[in-house]
Amino acid sequence: MRIDIENLGKSVQIGQETLTILADVSFSVNSGETVAIVGSSGSGKSTLLGLIAGLDIPSVGQVRLDGVALSDLDEDGRAALRGRSMGFVFQSFQLLPGLTALENVMLPLELAGRKDAVEVAGEHLARVGLSARARHRPTQLSGGEQQRVALARAFAVSPRILLADEPTGNLDAHTGAQIIQLMFELNRARGASLIIVTHDVALASRCGRQIHLDGGRVVAAAETP
Amino acid sequence: MIALAFRLLAREWRAGEMRVVLLAVALAVASLTAVRYFADRVEQALGHEANTLLAADLALVSDHPPDPEFARAAAARGLRVTRTTTFLSMVLAGERNLLTGIKAVEPGYPLRGDLRTAPTLFAADAPARGVPPPGQVWVDSRLISGLGVRPGDSVEVGNIRLRIAAILTFEGERGGNFMALAPRLLLNDADLARTGLVQPGSRVVYRLLVAGGVTENRARVAAFQAWAKPRLARGEKLEDVRDARPELRQILDRAQRYLGLAALMTVLLAAAATQLALRRYVQRQFDQFALLRCFGASQRRLFGLYLLQLGGLGLLAGALGSGLGWLAQAGMVHLLGDAIRLGLPPPSLLPPLLGLATGMLLVLAFSLPALSRLARVPALRVLRRDLGAPPAGALIAQVAGLGVVAGLLFWQAGEVRLGLIVGGGILALMLAAALAIQLLLWPLPWLAQRLPTGMRLGLLNLRRRRWETTLQAMALSLGLLALLLLTLVRGDLFESWRGQAAAGAPNRFVINIQPEQVDAVRAYLTGQRVADVTLYPMARARLTRIGARAANPDDYENERAKHLIEREFNLSSMDRLPPDNQVVAGVWSSRDGISVEAGIAQTLGIKLGDELVFDAGGLPLSGRVNSLRKVEWDSFRVNFFIVVPPDALAALPQSFITSFYLPKQRGAVLAGLVSAFPNVTVIDVEQVMSQLRGLLDRVSAAVQLIFLFSLAVGVLVLLAALYARRDERAREIGLWRTLGASRRRVMLALATEFTALGLLAGGLASGAAAGVAWLLAERVFELPHTPDPAIWLAGLGGGWLLVTGAGLLVSLKLLREAPMISLRRE
Repeated sequence: MRIDIENLGKSVQIGQETLTILADVSFSVNSGETVAIVGSSGSGKSTLLGLIAGLDIPSVGQVRLDGVALSDLDEDGRAALRGRSMGFVFQSFQLLPGLTALENVMLPLELAGRKDAVEVAGEHLARVGLSARARHRPTQLSGGEQQRVALARAFAVSPRILLADEPTGNLDAHTGAQIIQLMFELNRARGASLIIVTHDVALASRCGRQIHLDGGRVVAAAETP
Repeated sequence: MIALAFRLLAREWRAGEMRVVLLAVALAVASLTAVRYFADRVEQALGHEANTLLAADLALVSDHPPDPEFARAAAARGLRVTRTTTFLSMVLAGERNLLTGIKAVEPGYPLRGDLRTAPTLFAADAPARGVPPPGQVWVDSRLISGLGVRPGDSVEVGNIRLRIAAILTFEGERGGNFMALAPRLLLNDADLARTGLVQPGSRVVYRLLVAGGVTENRARVAAFQAWAKPRLARGEKLEDVRDARPELRQILDRAQRYLGLAALMTVLLAAAATQLALRRYVQRQFDQFALLRCFGASQRRLFGLYLLQLGGLGLLAGALGSGLGWLAQAGMVHLLGDAIRLGLPPPSLLPPLLGLATGMLLVLAFSLPALSRLARVPALRVLRRDLGAPPAGALIAQVAGLGVVAGLLFWQAGEVRLGLIVGGGILALMLAAALAIQLLLWPLPWLAQRLPTGMRLGLLNLRRRRWETTLQAMALSLGLLALLLLTLVRGDLFESWRGQAAAGAPNRFVINIQPEQVDAVRAYLTGQRVADVTLYPMARARLTRIGARAANPDDYENERAKHLIEREFNLSSMDRLPPDNQVVAGVWSSRDGISVEAGIAQTLGIKLGDELVFDAGGLPLSGRVNSLRKVEWDSFRVNFFIVVPPDALAALPQSFITSFYLPKQRGAVLAGLVSAFPNVTVIDVEQVMSQLRGLLDRVSAAVQLIFLFSLAVGVLVLLAALYARRDERAREIGLWRTLGASRRRVMLALATEFTALGLLAGGLASGAAAGVAWLLAERVFELPHTPDPAIWLAGLGGGWLLVTGAGLLVSLKLLREAPMISLRRE
């Protein structure tokens, strides 16, 4: 799925002041391409990711997925698009604490109305090596295991775009490396476009292209050597 | 440490978290103190109102002139005092004479309530001013018809002639005791000595009446009562309204039970609301606790710090709640307006103090389990939030909250039985709820697979969080149970209670009907369209033997038992028992054997199978006790302690009695009856009835206002239970939306979840409410109970409507929130 980002900007009103988080961001991501968005804290990386996913609305500019502008869709339309086409991996895992690992993976499948949610979720848990932990709740899993559950959930609906926000941010280096390896393997098998927000230089260097943000603006964009 | 604790508390306040806790606890305390304040004042006012029927706050009753020291001691305590002298004597008018109850009164009588007089027979009456002046008397309608006299005529009372100045239509002190059959004559105490009727050996009842100021001062009366009690000589006794009027005692006791029930419900609801609010607050403190531990604070210090914070919060909530409670009760009093005619006494200082203590206790007891969890938060959580929260606290901490609730429960109930019944009902509901919810959740996945996606999500959500669902459903069912108990069950009980003295209950009694007049009297009354006329035969007889032993007053310690043995009973017979009679032991038969009222049987030690022997003016009557009956005396229908077979009664000299309802404006029917049958006596209890109805109306207004307040706390519990999962639900909705769920689908999932939860909680609450209603009616209030299917309809319907409505309302804002914001929530 091709992603076109055109003159994207986001600002918020705090009291009398207007705070610009993102300004004049433009780039494109081709189908199957892997892109890292890097930058210091507060540079607007996560906001950009949220806008690409349609989780938030830009103040100016457009995000187009295969030519369809997200701003032309209403909130439910964007949600449906996410459900059909996107997978998510978050820094804080975003697993629902009341559900087991299996149930967390089943969630997007159930939302899609899939009757085979249990089987498909079980398969994906097996792929991330957590079949034995299927009945455990998030609090009973290590950070690495929780992120693997999140990966299984993200890939369970066969997304055409995978959006990852600091996927190794909460993990030690070794576990982080394992998760990255797993994420790239799974993505390769699916052929999805991958956009990763990260501080991690090693992770960024595994992506085909890096986009550097600073103060909400793109300061550099380059192919990874 | 105290300074630090309060600095942290102030920061928490700014952060907004504490405000929620403060509001919940303050509202809980407000409801408690409002009930206490108001109940306190209403109880005082009720006592005051009831005292008008005693004509005083306290009466010293004796068969000889009481020691003047009693009057002096009462006056010395700032109490008002007056005396009455009552005895039976013949009153003459020309050739006719009539045995009359004569009462001599001093100026100032009655100390509580009014006398009412009318210028002529059956004319409109009005409150009387003062007492009859010397040389004049006020007489009741029975004496007028019995002697054939009119106002303005003179009657002979002992050695003197006194002029009838007015018809006495109502005498509070005597009002309830309408079965005292003799006509009444009221004269000024200044004339008493000249009558020459009170001689040594005369059977005279002396009453020293004592009362506080215009606004009652119970403390002084109680002090006098405490002083006088050990100084009573033989033949002297103290009566307050409870001793004087069994039917009034029943009303006051029930009123107090209703108030106790309202307070009890408030305690439970307050506890639930506090628990839910604190649980959410403490869960949010795990990170701060870990951070402080990271900065070097010891577990013990942190525990103390939080204890101080929460104690301070409890104190603040207690103070705020007490203030709110005071305002609320002032508002209720204002709303009542003239309903409590006598004016409420000022509130005492006890409720605010209790409010402060309750606020502290509620906060601390319910935060202990959470605090014990906080104390075990590892410092590592600062780095590893995924460590989660420590498991539930120590058993002792868990029990602390329950202990405080139990303590408050019994304290508020003021009666162990009521506390046990309601507390037991709630506990049974909890256990049944836990079990039933688990069972009902079991087949949900099967059902979910057959439903559209949104509904499936909602049902699965319930099933997957089955322990949280269980807790939430329990809290919701507690709230719903409170609403059901406070609306439908309260309404049913109230109607049963009020129904017993409802409009339409008999308000006229006709006695002295001779056997040969029975048909004619019945025909006259029926001709006048008087409904429901039953004439009962009646003969007077003294009880002389119970089983093998002679009935001797000296064998009894109890004054009432002595009195019962000394006096004559009214015996009757009937084909079938009236509806307000219920056989509680043995089998009643109209043909043979004797039926005894259960209360009197207990007082006199009469058992089933005992042979009773009566003496009716030399004629014997005997039989074995075949049954014991419970009688609703406050139904105001004709009732008898002793019911014997018709054959046995026929052998004795007898007259007939009947009672019926006749509207006030149809007084001419009575005049016609007296004119056609001059020997019969009409007793008009309309005034007593309307006085009792007025009292009931006031009590019901007061009690319903208090129930309304508890109702508000019940709604708060419902909202708190729904809010308890709001943060988690926000993340959940955010994630659903992120993963592609449309608003409609999320809404459908939420509606399904809330519907199932509401039906579950509503069903459980209905079952518990039906059980508690039965227990309360049968065991506590002793009222007839008919199961009300509306409880189930209201429970299920109300549960569904309230939980779904409030739940969706609480979640609506979350649904409108951008998923990005929801996901960033901590």
